[in-house]
Amino acid sequence: MHSPLHQFEIEEIFPFSIGGIDLPFTNAALYMALSALAITLMVMLSGRSIEKPGILQIFVEKIFGFIHNLVDENIGPTGQKYIPLVFSLFTFILFGNLFGMIPYAYTFTSQIILTFALALVVFILITVIGFIKHGFHFFSYFMPPGAPIFMAPLLIVIEIISFLSRPVSLSIRLFANMMAGHTMLKVFSMFTISLGVFGFSTIIATSVLIGFEFMIAFLQAYVFSVLTCLYLRDVIELH
Amino acid sequence: MDIGAAKMIGAGLAVIALLGVGIGIGNIFSTLISAIARNPEAKKDVFGVAMLGFALTEAVALFALLISFLILFN
Repeated sequence: MHSPLHQFEIEEIFPFSIGGIDLPFTNAALYMALSALAITLMVMLSGRSIEKPGILQIFVEKIFGFIHNLVDENIGPTGQKYIPLVFSLFTFILFGNLFGMIPYAYTFTSQIILTFALALVVFILITVIGFIKHGFHFFSYFMPPGAPIFMAPLLIVIEIISFLSRPVSLSIRLFANMMAGHTMLKVFSMFTISLGVFGFSTIIATSVLIGFEFMIAFLQAYVFSVLTCLYLRDVIELH
Repeated sequence: MDIGAAKMIGAGLAVIALLGVGIGIGNIFSTLISAIARNPEAKKDVFGVAMLGFALTEAVALFALLISFLILFN
C-alpha cells in the first residue's frame, strides 16, 4: 500500500530539457493546463444571449456576479478594474481544488511552489500599485496614524514584518488546507481496510469528509480572493 | 526511546494546537448564533464574515494536522 503522501508525487509525462535545465511536462502541469483550458472554454462558450441564456451562461454569470459583489464590497467602486485579476485567481484555484476531488486526479494546489507563485503575484502587484498610487508616500503605510511617535521603532518593524509575511501566510493557508484535507481522506480510507468488518463506519465518515472537502475547496478559493481584495484596498486607501 | 515511538509522540504533540482552534471555532459560531438571535435580518451579512473567520481559524488546525502527517509518513 502506498503512503498517504504518495498522491502528491510529481511524475514526468514528457521528459524535456533545454541547455541542461530540466523542463519536463509533469502531471501537475497537465492538470494546470486542463483547468486553465476548462476555464477559458467555459467562459468563451458561455454565450451572450439576453432572452434565452443557457445553463453554462447562467453558471458563468453567477460566478462573475459573485466576484463582482466581492470586489464591490471589499475594494469599493474604484476596484472595478481588478475584477479580471480576482476572477481569474478565484476560478483557477477553484478549478484546481475541484479537479483534485476527482479520484486519481492530481491536486496541483497542494504544491507549495504553485500557491506561493500565485501569492507572490498578488504581493508584487499590491506593492507596485501602492508605489504608483502614492509614490514615496506609500511608506507611511508602515506607521499607523494616531500612534504615539515614541512607539514608531517598534510599530514600523511589526508592520513591515506583517506586510512581508502576507505572501507566506496566503500561500501556506491554501497549500496546507488542500494537502491536509487530501491526506486525511487517504488516512481515513486506510482505516477502512485495517478495521475489517467495522470498516463501514469509516466509509460513512469518509463520505462526510468528502462533502466537507468540497466545501473547503470552495471556501479556500473564496478566502484567497477575499484576502487579495483586502490587501488591494489596504494599499489603495492607505489606512 | 526508539525513533518510531518518538515520531508517534511528536505527531501527537503537534496536534495540541487543535485545543486553541476548537475554542476559536466554538467562539465564532456562538457569536454568530447570538448575533442572528438578536437581529435575524443581519443573517445574510454576518454569515459570510463568519465563514471567512471559520476558514481562517480552521487553517490553523490544518497546519498542525499537516505537521503531524509529515512527521508520521515521512
